[in-house]
Amino acid sequence: MGQITLQDVQKSFGPVHIIKGADLDIADGSFVVFVGPSGCGKTTLLRLIAGLEDVSGGKILIDGKNVVDTPPAKRGLSMVFQSYALYPHMSVRGNIGFGLKMAGLSKDETNRKVEAAAATLNLTPYLDRKPRELSGGQRQRVAIGRAIVREPKAFLFDEPLSNLDAALRVQMRIEVTRLQKQLGTTAIYVTHDQVEAMTMADKIVVLNGGKIEQYGSPLQLYEKPANLFVAGFIGSPKMNFVTGELARQQGAATIGVRPEHLKIERDGTGGWQGTIAVAEHLGSDTFLYVDAGPLGMLTARYIGELSLHAGDHVSLVPEPARIHRFDESGNALRG
Amino acid sequence: MATRQTQFLARALLTPAVGLLFIWMIVPLALTLYFSTLHYSLLDPGSEAFVGLENFRYFLTDPAFLASLQNTLVLVGSVLALTILLGIPLALLMDQPVIGRNIVRLMVIAPFFVMPTVSALVWKNLLMHPVSGLFAWLAKLVGLTPIDWFTDAPLLAVILIVAWQWLPFATLILLTALQSLDEEQKEAAEMDGASALSSFIYITLPHMARPITVVILIETIFLLTVFAEIFVTTGGGPGLQTTNIAFLIYSQALIQFDVGSASAGGLVAVVIANIVAFFLVRIVGRNLEA
Repeated sequence: MGQITLQDVQKSFGPVHIIKGADLDIADGSFVVFVGPSGCGKTTLLRLIAGLEDVSGGKILIDGKNVVDTPPAKRGLSMVFQSYALYPHMSVRGNIGFGLKMAGLSKDETNRKVEAAAATLNLTPYLDRKPRELSGGQRQRVAIGRAIVREPKAFLFDEPLSNLDAALRVQMRIEVTRLQKQLGTTAIYVTHDQVEAMTMADKIVVLNGGKIEQYGSPLQLYEKPANLFVAGFIGSPKMNFVTGELARQQGAATIGVRPEHLKIERDGTGGWQGTIAVAEHLGSDTFLYVDAGPLGMLTARYIGELSLHAGDHVSLVPEPARIHRFDESGNALRG
Repeated sequence: MATRQTQFLARALLTPAVGLLFIWMIVPLALTLYFSTLHYSLLDPGSEAFVGLENFRYFLTDPAFLASLQNTLVLVGSVLALTILLGIPLALLMDQPVIGRNIVRLMVIAPFFVMPTVSALVWKNLLMHPVSGLFAWLAKLVGLTPIDWFTDAPLLAVILIVAWQWLPFATLILLTALQSLDEEQKEAAEMDGASALSSFIYITLPHMARPITVVILIETIFLLTVFAEIFVTTGGGPGLQTTNIAFLIYSQALIQFDVGSASAGGLVAVVIANIVAFFLVRIVGRNLEA
């Protein structure tokens, strides 16, 4: 079991309010990703749940029990750190088994569990090596091994893939997701990378300035962003925002359209007119950065190859059903 | 061509410095070697004669030699043990965030900047003096008989003075080591359920193995040649109780005016230092390999 509930959790460092009251309900077995720009408090929130920081107010419930005054080790959570934080003088076996040793398990049982965990992560041949003799991906797996061997109620991941190169990151992303589904253990994962968030999460928490902006499934966030911040943060390339008269015609202060929801017409007269400033041809996609005069720079995405080049004149026609409308304070308008 | 010219120029420019250093080292060593084979007493000038290894036989069979060798080893070992065993907890304390931490650090480092002769004088006359010393006053305050340090426990007294001088060095090196310990490692240990003590034994102490080795090696080099503290406080006595090898050589040369024997002693000291270094590197040097 690993159901985690936050009730009005607050944290301040001196006069600086880092977390301004977070309420959250994380179901047992789900994979929840905290995402947001740097300095938004996502790592702090994770450390509060872990117990590495003390809350300034509010409650953290794990399986219904308030753990605010429980030391980290007694909360039944395990954490994978950004730097992996492996113990450099211990072998892989020692690293993975350290928590069990501290819990007072017998040597045989520790060994059995360590070997089972190592087998799950393909680390068996490296059990007697020191961390410095391993590659980045292997170190990452040792850090994960250290987390799973204790059979925790939940895993906490603090930007665990940020030190890996791009190819390895994609591979580890899949491995972590698969492992979590296989074990069925609740996981909380912190990242600043919205692609990681979209691909791994059952549910995403978007944080900004110490506040939860939106909590929902990846597609909910994509299709129905609650406000301007979420709309701009989720999705790549970023959503286009248009203000002024065009927005007012739609009864909103700002309207937003995703690049993939703009129809590109070569010689059209309708829609939004502009000149291509930059065209990026990826083969699978074509990205156009269009200078649309008073509307500013707009980004359009075409699936597949489109032979248009810088300087060409295009018109962009937004799909009416895919236009997001926001009021003055940035909140989404529905209906 | 350009590289060859640069290389030549570099060598030519380096030569005076290297040459001077070389002469600076080799002349005394050669002279010491030469003197060690002579009968050369300042009390009997003009009688210098080649005596082969006689000076070495004389120095090594001198009963004072074994006594001073033992004193040297006891002094080095005790000071090492004291500075490391006290240095670790001190470093741990100084690593804590307290008000005025910088001032505390400065105060702890201070003894290292005091000249050995001065600190020995302060200890001898202000602290350990059996009549007017601070320790005597403290002892009397609680109704004990003051200890006459330099009569009753002379070697211990010297050990305490030298350890006091070297404690800041050990503390400082260990403190920097503590500060380089990755915060996330400590947190990982905390998540793994390690108590403060287990965390110290399994995480902090292994991390400090290398700096401890450095402290042992550097301190040993200097502790083998402790002289000023002994000269100022006990003058090697009573009897031979605080005579170490360095002091014995001094007394051969400048108390007994036997330059030949002192030179032989100096070479013996070089050999002893090398033997100690050899064993030290074998025992603790493994930690230095990356």
